This record gives sequence, C-alpha cells and structure tokens, in this order.
Amino acid sequence: MTAKQKKVLYRIIISAILLAAIWIVSEFVDMPWWLEGILYLVPYFVIGYDILKKAVKGILKGQVFDENFLMAVATVGAIGLKDFREGVAVMLFYQVGELFQSCAVGKSRKNIAALMDIRPDYANVMVDGNLEKVDPDDVEIGTEIIVNPGEKVPIDGVVIEGNSTLNTSALTGESVPREIACGDEIISGCINLTGAIKVRTTKEFGESTVSKILDMVENSSMKKSRSENFITRFAKYYTPIVCYSALALAILPPLVSLIIGISPEWQKWIIRALTFLVISCPCALVISIPLSFFGGIGCASTNGILVKGSNYLEALASTGYVVFDKTGTLTKGVFEVNGVFAENGFGNHELLEYAAYAENASSHPISLSLKKAYGAKIDSDKVSEITEIAGHGVSAMVDRHKVYAGNLKLMNKIGVEVINEHNDGTVVYVAVDDKYAGCIVISDVIKPTTKQAIEGLKSQNIKTVMLTGDSKAAADRVAAEIGIDIVKSELLPADKVAEVEKLIANKNPKERVAFAGDGINDAPVLSRADIGIAMGALGSDAAIEAADVVLMDDDPAKISLAMRIAIKTLRIVKENIVFALAVKLVCLVLGALGIANMWVAIFADVGVMVIAVVNATRALRLKKQK
Amino acid sequence: MKKTYGVEVDCANCAAKMEEAVKATAGVKDATLSFMTLKLKVEFEDGADVDAVMKEAYKNCKKVEDDCEIFL
Repeated sequence: MTAKQKKVLYRIIISAILLAAIWIVSEFVDMPWWLEGILYLVPYFVIGYDILKKAVKGILKGQVFDENFLMAVATVGAIGLKDFREGVAVMLFYQVGELFQSCAVGKSRKNIAALMDIRPDYANVMVDGNLEKVDPDDVEIGTEIIVNPGEKVPIDGVVIEGNSTLNTSALTGESVPREIACGDEIISGCINLTGAIKVRTTKEFGESTVSKILDMVENSSMKKSRSENFITRFAKYYTPIVCYSALALAILPPLVSLIIGISPEWQKWIIRALTFLVISCPCALVISIPLSFFGGIGCASTNGILVKGSNYLEALASTGYVVFDKTGTLTKGVFEVNGVFAENGFGNHELLEYAAYAENASSHPISLSLKKAYGAKIDSDKVSEITEIAGHGVSAMVDRHKVYAGNLKLMNKIGVEVINEHNDGTVVYVAVDDKYAGCIVISDVIKPTTKQAIEGLKSQNIKTVMLTGDSKAAADRVAAEIGIDIVKSELLPADKVAEVEKLIANKNPKERVAFAGDGINDAPVLSRADIGIAMGALGSDAAIEAADVVLMDDDPAKISLAMRIAIKTLRIVKENIVFALAVKLVCLVLGALGIANMWVAIFADVGVMVIAVVNATRALRLKKQK
Repeated sequence: MKKTYGVEVDCANCAAKMEEAVKATAGVKDATLSFMTLKLKVEFEDGADVDAVMKEAYKNCKKVEDDCEIFL
C-alpha cells in the first residue's frame, strides 16, 4: 500500500468506529436530533472532506457531473434530510470502494512491473584495464562487455569468449535454460546463469531486444479496444443523463402532485432522487474494463506472448482464420535428413556413410545435414579424388569404392537406374561402384509443437491455412502431416498478400484473419492481415516492428494460447459490462419507485464495483489446460 | 513528433477526461493516456512549440481534474 492508500485506510477505520459508536449510543441514549446530527458530522468530515473539496472545486471550474459531485450531493442531501447514518455510510463505503479499486489497480501495475524487471541497469565495460559499470545507453556498437553469472545481458551481441547457459524465461516464458558458446548471438534481457562471458555488442541499447520489448509492453495499453472506447463515450453521456434524471425525480412528481392538488411529499422524492444518484455512479464500468484488458495483456506477456494493444487482444478473440507461413513458422527452417531409403542390398547407415564421406569436403547446408545425420566422426584419410560435378553433385573414392552422390540428373548421366524416386524436399541419390545404392531425403523439419498448435486451433473452430513458396509436393506433405485445412503452395511474397486479401474479402465480417509468419520476409503480409503474429522475436527486429502480436519463442502452439487468453479477457469484459449495467438499471428503477433504499444503493455502487474489479483481476491468471 | 510523459491520477474516469483535455489543446494532434501504466503519449502538430503546448495542456487538465499531475 502506498502512503496515500494507508491514509485513506486509517480514515476509513476511524470513521467506521465513530459511526458505529454514535449509532450504538443513539440507540440507548435519547438525544435531540441536532446533537445527533452534529455527532455524525464528525465521521462524515473525517471520511469525506477530500471528496467535498473536490466537488466544490469542480463546481467552481464548471466541471459538474463527476463522481465526487455525485457523492457530495447524495450525502449532503441525505444529511440535510436527517438521514445521518445513510449519509455517512454512503461516503464511507464509497471510500472503501475507491481504496479497494486503487489497491487492485496497484497490484496489476506491480504484476506488469515485474515483467519490466528485465530492464538492465548497467553494462560491465573494460576501461583502462578495470571493469567499470556504465549506463547501457552509453555503450557503443562493437564494445566488448562482460556479463557475469547472475547478471542480465544488457545489450544484444555476439559471444566472443566463454560458455554459459542463459535463462530466457523473462522473455519467452520458457524455463529450460539455453546453452551458449563462443560465436553465438545473444539477446539482451536474458539472465546469464553459469559462467562469465565476454560479448561484443552488435546494437545500441535503444535498438536492443530488451528496449524494444519494454517499449512495446509500456505502449500496449495505449491502443484502446472498442470496449474501452465504448465505455469512455458511454460515461460521458451517462453521468449527465442520470444527474438530470435525478433532478427530475426530485422535482417533477411533487410539482405534479401540487398541481393536481395532493400532498407533494418533497422529502420522499428527494430521498429517492439521492438514492438514484448513489446507484448511478459509473466507476464499476469505467475501471473494470481497462483493468481486464491490462490483466489479459499481462497474462499473455508472462507466457512469452507480447500483444501490442488491447484492440489486438479484442481482435484475437474473434479470429476465424489463422494463416501460416510454412518455413520458419510451422517448420524449423533448417534442413535435416528426413528419410533414408537404401536399395540393392545396402543398409541405411551404410548409405548415409557413403553420402557423408562423398560430401565431406563441402560446407553446403545439405552436406552439413548429411554429416549431422551420419553422426560419427569422418576419417578424411578414407576419402580421395573428390570431384565436384557442377549442377549434378560429387564423385569420390571412399574406401576404394567409387561413389557418386547427387541429383537425378547425375544418376542419369552415369547411367544408373534409380528405383525409388522421391520428389519432396531435396533428394540426394547415391551410386556405389556404378550400382544404385538408394536415396536420402533432406527437408525442413516440422516443429515439435506444430501439430499440437493446429489441433488446438481446430478445437477452437478456427480454420487453418498454410501459404508457402515451397513446391507443391513438399507443402502437401507437411500439410498432411500436421492436418492443416487449406494449402496454397508455390507462392511469391506478393501472392501471399493477395491470398490473405482474398480471405479477408470472403470471410464472415465478424471474423478476423490472423497471419503468423517469421517476420523477416513476411512484413507486408503481417501488416495486411487483421492480426499479424510474428514468430521468433528473438533476433528479428522486423518482427517486433511489423507485427501486432509477437511470440517470443517461435512456438506456434502459443497462438491458440493467446486466443484462449483473449477470449477469456473479452468474456470477463462482457460479464462486467452486462452485470454492472443490469444491476444498476434494476436498482435505478427500484430506487425511482422507492423500493430500493440507500443501503441497496450503496451495494449497487460499491458492491458492484468490488465484484467487477475482482472479476477483472481474473484476467491475469490462466488456468492450465488439461 | 511524439512524446511520452508520466502522469499521476487516481481514477480511470478522470484519466479519460484528462485525455480529452489534452486532445483539445491547440497544437496537439492526438493524445492517449493509459490509466494502467500512468503514461501520457502526445503527438504534436508539425512545428508546435512542445513546451508551450504542454503547459497549456497541463492547465486544461487541471481545469477538468484538479487532483492530477503531469511530469513535464
């Protein structure tokens, strides 16, 4: 609690004790009404002096119709009508409600602040042989900095000395530490766990990942959702309307009564009007809506999903289509041996061995993936006469066997019959001593969570689309494996924009189209889609710039998680709007009819607000899915 | 040009009113005030005198909500 909140708390306690004491005494001791009134004024001023002051100031500046004005008029009116207890109680509970709200907001702010804790305070720089702590803002590109165990990496850079593990959980929500070694790029905001490392910075602090993320989180609540804008507009008209209604309620029925010649009963109608005013206070709505969105965005952040604004959270909740880019989004974007098909009596391992040896001299990604799949160390003395046959492949002598490894054209050229032809991905055919030995299929690998991601979306009735520049065969294979609904292959980047536009034009107007890409070459599509979701902010600046939602750890399964958070947040917002308005409307009508008294009014004001705020804070938490 | 300022305000409704007041200030193109992060982001008209505009905006805010602060 802040000092300000504590002060209010003490005032609430003192005034509550005084109110109770006077109430009890007045039940047993007979005293004149004016003495009772003066006694009740003590707790009234203790609890309400600031509200009264604000109300007077507001009136002087021509700003009527705010909450302070409502409360001041209602309580002064009640006391004027000798309803002392009610007058004090309304003010007391109003302050309780305000304090509660202020604490709830403070708690949410703290939750987000914990996320902000990734901001590094200093960088260790060698100055004249001494290690000095300097402001990360002052570190130039190319400076060598030291990051000790337990410290945050202050600026993006490349490791030039040392090995360690990094805790990236503040950025990605991923709890498994990441191994790093010399030559690896590292991003700011991670915590160095095990060993001291020397890093050469590649960016300025302001351009580093941590700065961009902080900037994004800080600005996320600036982009307001439609619900928030609705409530702001609503409050603007609502408060004057209820004030005038209350005035009408106080004056019109007695006047009409006078005209038709029955007793005007001024007091009865004024009390009803005051009750009406207390009920009408719009705080529950005005605070609980932004609080819910704030909670939702905070909850997403702690799961490694950065949402750039409440409006995008709102859009996520009504997503009908998720369009995926293939390479780098659904797949890892790195080549690996995906199938080994040996023929003519060769074993799979034998086949791999010949291919790896033949390709030994090359540093092409395909050779690297062959060597990686082979696994064992390659003894270069066993290979000789490596010849590159441009556009075809290689030939080499491996263990006194003549080995050819390359594409189909190579096999045709040397006159070897290929028995098992494959056409997805890159295929390396191998012939040993002019005899066909089999083929090795090398292709992009599907991410381990992709299938789960697509299933998750399907269970939420969301249609999935895959757009790729890759060949039809490769695209169809991936699509079939992960069970995606619609596949469009062999697209140029511009075609992807066109496909997304087609989807947007043909969809149900209430649905939104989200596009998930790796953010480097997909920027036009990311900005064209209703919601651009970038994969792998770690390392890619373009992603943070172009996208509306950034998944920090490349995990496509986070998309359906983000949607669950969005849907839950929106449900809470709707619950609050409907609940608060319904209770208020019912109480307003009851109040006007004289059925609801001041105590009901206090519930309709403070009680509803407390319930709405408690409901709003639920948005911060996420139930684990079974 | 855009600038961000810290603010102090106690209620969400007051924050909305302050936002309106800043928006209505001459020289301000657009403004958003986030009650949750207590940050005011102001986009100025081209060629506006930022300090003078913000002083005026602060005065306008004080008019609608006495109990507020903008850290200029």
